Amino acid sequence: MLLQQLVNGLTLGAVYTLVALGFSLVMGVLGVLNLAVAELFMLGGYVGLSLILADYPVAVAIAGAALVTAVLGVVVEKVAYQPLRNAPPIAPLLSTLGFSVIFQTAATNIWGSDPLLMPPDLLDARYRVGSVSVGQAQLLVMATAVVLVAALALLMRHTRFGYGLRAIAENRDVARLLGVPAPLVTSGAFALSGALAGVAGVQIGLHYSAITPYVGVEVGLKAIAVMVVGGTTNIWGVLLAGPLLGVLEVMTVALGGAAFRDMTVYGLMILTLLVRPQGLLGRAGGAQRV
Amino acid sequence: MSLLSLRGVTCRFGGITALNRLTLDLPAGAITGVIGPNGAGKTTLFNCITGAYRPTEGEIALRGESLVGLPPHRIARRGIARTFQNIRLFHSMTVWEHLMVAQQGGGLRASLAPLGLSGPLPRRRAMAALERFGLEPYRDRLAATLPYGVMRRVELARALTAEPALLLLDEPVAGMNSQEAADLAALLHGLSGSGLTILLIEHDMSFVEQLCAQVHVLDFGTLIASGTPAEVRRIPAVIDAYLGVEA
Repeated sequence: MLLQQLVNGLTLGAVYTLVALGFSLVMGVLGVLNLAVAELFMLGGYVGLSLILADYPVAVAIAGAALVTAVLGVVVEKVAYQPLRNAPPIAPLLSTLGFSVIFQTAATNIWGSDPLLMPPDLLDARYRVGSVSVGQAQLLVMATAVVLVAALALLMRHTRFGYGLRAIAENRDVARLLGVPAPLVTSGAFALSGALAGVAGVQIGLHYSAITPYVGVEVGLKAIAVMVVGGTTNIWGVLLAGPLLGVLEVMTVALGGAAFRDMTVYGLMILTLLVRPQGLLGRAGGAQRV
Repeated sequence: MSLLSLRGVTCRFGGITALNRLTLDLPAGAITGVIGPNGAGKTTLFNCITGAYRPTEGEIALRGESLVGLPPHRIARRGIARTFQNIRLFHSMTVWEHLMVAQQGGGLRASLAPLGLSGPLPRRRAMAALERFGLEPYRDRLAATLPYGVMRRVELARALTAEPALLLLDEPVAGMNSQEAADLAALLHGLSGSGLTILLIEHDMSFVEQLCAQVHVLDFGTLIASGTPAEVRRIPAVIDAYLGVEA
């Protein structure tokens, strides 16, 4: 029973991890929270599910969702960030909030406010390992998360784009003087951020077998808590915090505390800010910028 | 032939004129010095050349092509690299990563290719820099954990892996002992011999005299004298503005 909940929690944690990576990529580069990531997550779910309902393979659905949300991520950058480059940080934060509202309203208009359901027979096989039953969809969710995290690590640690991104995150001015094309790398970060959120949206659709226009607010925003718990100065902190909060949430529900579900997640965020403000893997002394 | 030429460069911040109608030429392959009291506009000059600031008026050209208005990363790729008065390394990056990050360019595909596959050139340059600056033992260390002297070497190595035509050094011997300064002088002499043009800001006059063919003296943003180190030392205005105060 407990083990079963652990598997369910890790599936949810995989989704949180990807969305949180989406948040923290932009956070790292610009030091500003991009609230639209939560709604790109929702849109990714709709695009992916629509492709699945149009009989495309799941892999195509995931790739299609990633592509659409990557492009929208860059649109958010060009419209909500670039013109506000020198404005106080609250301005771009609010303009991304504006994008969130636009995306949510657009989704409600296109797909309606009722949940869009996945075909019931899709990925419905279940595998039994001892007392634990793992669904095919769950396996796929966890596998894509692992693959994407590995790919991101490779990109950040072994390509010049990744070095440029990390250099800009630390000191934009010096990075530019070294020849790092800051505008291109920044757009790249927004595209990546959008793509990660979009894939996570397809994952949540597969996991819940449905998607609603409100999933961004219900699930996507929890990734901010994951990012804070992991530490905004180190994007890899979310690899710990994502699974942790996923399991914690599912366990809370399993132990009869469904009413406290969100409280445990956001409560842990507040606790982190009080006890270890730099997050699990954040640099000591480096206060978080939220 | 001059590599970099400045014509009437003025840089104003509000009511303050940090650089006032500055005109000078940097001969290719030579080491040129800029001296002057604190606040004379020396670092502003560097910031205008590298594109960090845009001059209010005037023209800056590298090999006859204007740099004014170009974003800093494009100017860097045209062949201008710099170091900073207070070292500015990326604390969460290793020495090796510092040597790779300065080698941008080659288009989107090259910058997304895993480094093992992006061609041998960047790696070779980084290896050569590790060797030249004695940084092999520190290759995988994070910059934040390095001793001060090693940080200085990493910063210089990082500037050079981009293979610039012009190297700007902002007080390179600050905090160095005389042995380290002598080593640096020998290194810069060698680089200049192999064709690199160097412009350096320095307070240490013996270092300047040892290396620079020509020195420009700035005071309150204005060029008050130019000449060989021995010549500028004898100019009364220079002694008043700078040397007299120091000595």
